[in-house]
Amino acid sequence: MTNLVEIRDLKVAFDSVPVLHGIDLDVRPGEALGLVGESGCGKSVTWLAALGLLPSKASVSGRVTLGDTDLTGAPRTQLEQVRGGRIAMIFQDPSSALNPVLKVGRQLCEALKLHRGLTGKPAKQEALRLMDMVGIPDARGRFALYPHEFSGGQCQRLMIAMALAGEPDLLIADEPTTALDATIQAQILDLLVRLRAEMNMATVFISHDLGAVAQVCERVCVMYAGRIVEQGAVGQLFDRPRHPYTRGLFDALPRLDGPRVALTPIQGTVPDPRKLPAGCAFAPRCTHARDFCHGERPDLLAQRDGRHLACAYPLPEAPAAREDVHAPREGVHP
Amino acid sequence: MITFVLIRLVRAVVTVLAVMTFAFVVLRMSGDPAQVLLGPDLPQEAVDAFRKEWGLDAPLWQQYLSYFRAILSGDFGLSMRDRSPAIELVLDRVPATLQLTLPALLLKLGIGIPAGIYAALHRDSAVDRGVIFLAILGFTIPSFVMGLVLVLIFAVTLHWLPSGGIGTWQHALLPAITMSIGGIGILARFSRSAMIEVMGQPYIRTASAKGVRWQDVVRGHALPNAAVPIVTIVGFMVGSVISGAVVVETIFSWPGIGRLLIVSVANRDLAVVQCILLIIAAVMVVSNLVVDLLYGWLDPRLRAQPAH
Repeated sequence: MTNLVEIRDLKVAFDSVPVLHGIDLDVRPGEALGLVGESGCGKSVTWLAALGLLPSKASVSGRVTLGDTDLTGAPRTQLEQVRGGRIAMIFQDPSSALNPVLKVGRQLCEALKLHRGLTGKPAKQEALRLMDMVGIPDARGRFALYPHEFSGGQCQRLMIAMALAGEPDLLIADEPTTALDATIQAQILDLLVRLRAEMNMATVFISHDLGAVAQVCERVCVMYAGRIVEQGAVGQLFDRPRHPYTRGLFDALPRLDGPRVALTPIQGTVPDPRKLPAGCAFAPRCTHARDFCHGERPDLLAQRDGRHLACAYPLPEAPAAREDVHAPREGVHP
Repeated sequence: MITFVLIRLVRAVVTVLAVMTFAFVVLRMSGDPAQVLLGPDLPQEAVDAFRKEWGLDAPLWQQYLSYFRAILSGDFGLSMRDRSPAIELVLDRVPATLQLTLPALLLKLGIGIPAGIYAALHRDSAVDRGVIFLAILGFTIPSFVMGLVLVLIFAVTLHWLPSGGIGTWQHALLPAITMSIGGIGILARFSRSAMIEVMGQPYIRTASAKGVRWQDVVRGHALPNAAVPIVTIVGFMVGSVISGAVVVETIFSWPGIGRLLIVSVANRDLAVVQCILLIIAAVMVVSNLVVDLLYGWLDPRLRAQPAH
């Protein structure tokens, strides 16, 4: 199956401080891909860079292709066609992501005009249909309201409706539920799952919420300090995380089932992009790190079970042997 | 909405009343018109007669009451110098002042706002730095210095324009430019920072992510949001079309309200000074009222809020 989007060696630097160190990522048509990691690890930047939405002070290199179209270095007009048309994006804080001085109906119709050439009555009809579809009650009555007259959850629904207006092949959902209440989060996640099935559109779900990722996605990429450190099917990664960082993310989560145990936080903080360690960026926080890890950086390599992993001393494949420090050295780059 | 307007109207009236009262009291406490107008050597009987004639011998509160009653019936009093109605003296000077302040206002809006927006959209470029430098220069140089420098260059050295007086449009050029430079600088700075702030907002990124053309993002999404802080400053500038010319009119010997105010204050011509202050206050209050109403029109979030 050909990939919908291919990202190759994507690098981003802000004021010559590199924050993304060469990302390779594929999105297949219709699939749901999760992008997981702590704040500042480059999850959002990857896609903002791909769509040319970063401020001009950011320098971007690498290749992003959408079907036959090369997006890197594409002229602005071509990018404007892709944005909202073939790749749509929704953001973290829905209340501030909608323009406060424009009526929501107008903001919806703008997208319909841009990508489907609809104006006037047909545009309004379609906008109302989209509002219905994402679950805004009384769409007709609320078409001419302003964003501040909607709740956060409803604003996110409106954002989703706006994103669907261009009938995109890919929806990038950048932490779409982070700013919302837990119950609303669940509703928005359900909506995303349902819409993806109905519209057969691929979804990239950017989140630090592992539970949400498990609910929405089929495949997951774990990112750390501007690199992908582990990548694989959701079941695979969630059952047997092999990168100590992925493992750490799970250990820091409270469990609903089983006995009450103290959570194990990952010690330390994400490194400053200006002062990255010489070897593996996670080594200073890693309980499994050895001398090698501090001097050399492991590459992201394919493993026997199909996942990709960037760790010199990964956790064993069998979960029971978690404490075994003499794990086979897989994925080591000589 | 009606409460919003009503509350602001009441506030406007209270402000005008406060200015009226303050001007009345301060003027009467700060010097004796009889002394100034008649000179120090006049016999006491003449001074007393003068004071009696103009009602200055009555207690302050009585004077204020009769002044207030007269104002309500549209009587602004007579000038102590030539006994003509103060309001006529003042209104006679309004056109001359507006001949300077309105072109100056247009210059401020027409140059300051576009320059600021352009600088914001080309942040950190050479043009941006140039705009910031000129803007700071513009509003830090006082208008009396700027006026004299312009006279020195364009009137004294180059002989292109007259150095003062009123007559042709060339006469208005230097004073209007002098008056506008500070405002251009202020508006450029303000528009720039308002626009930079707005362009960094998430909804601008949303608009771009939606595929809106960049020009339309700026025009349709950013400008309506940046307008709110800019309108505040513009409202202030519109409010000072009558009062803003005091210094410049004096430098360029322009017979407007500003000069009348200076002369009348020096002469303790009470009715004229009070009349001018009242008009200045009224214009300022009305323009503030318009700005308040504009806020609600520009930003729907402010419509919903009760007035404080």
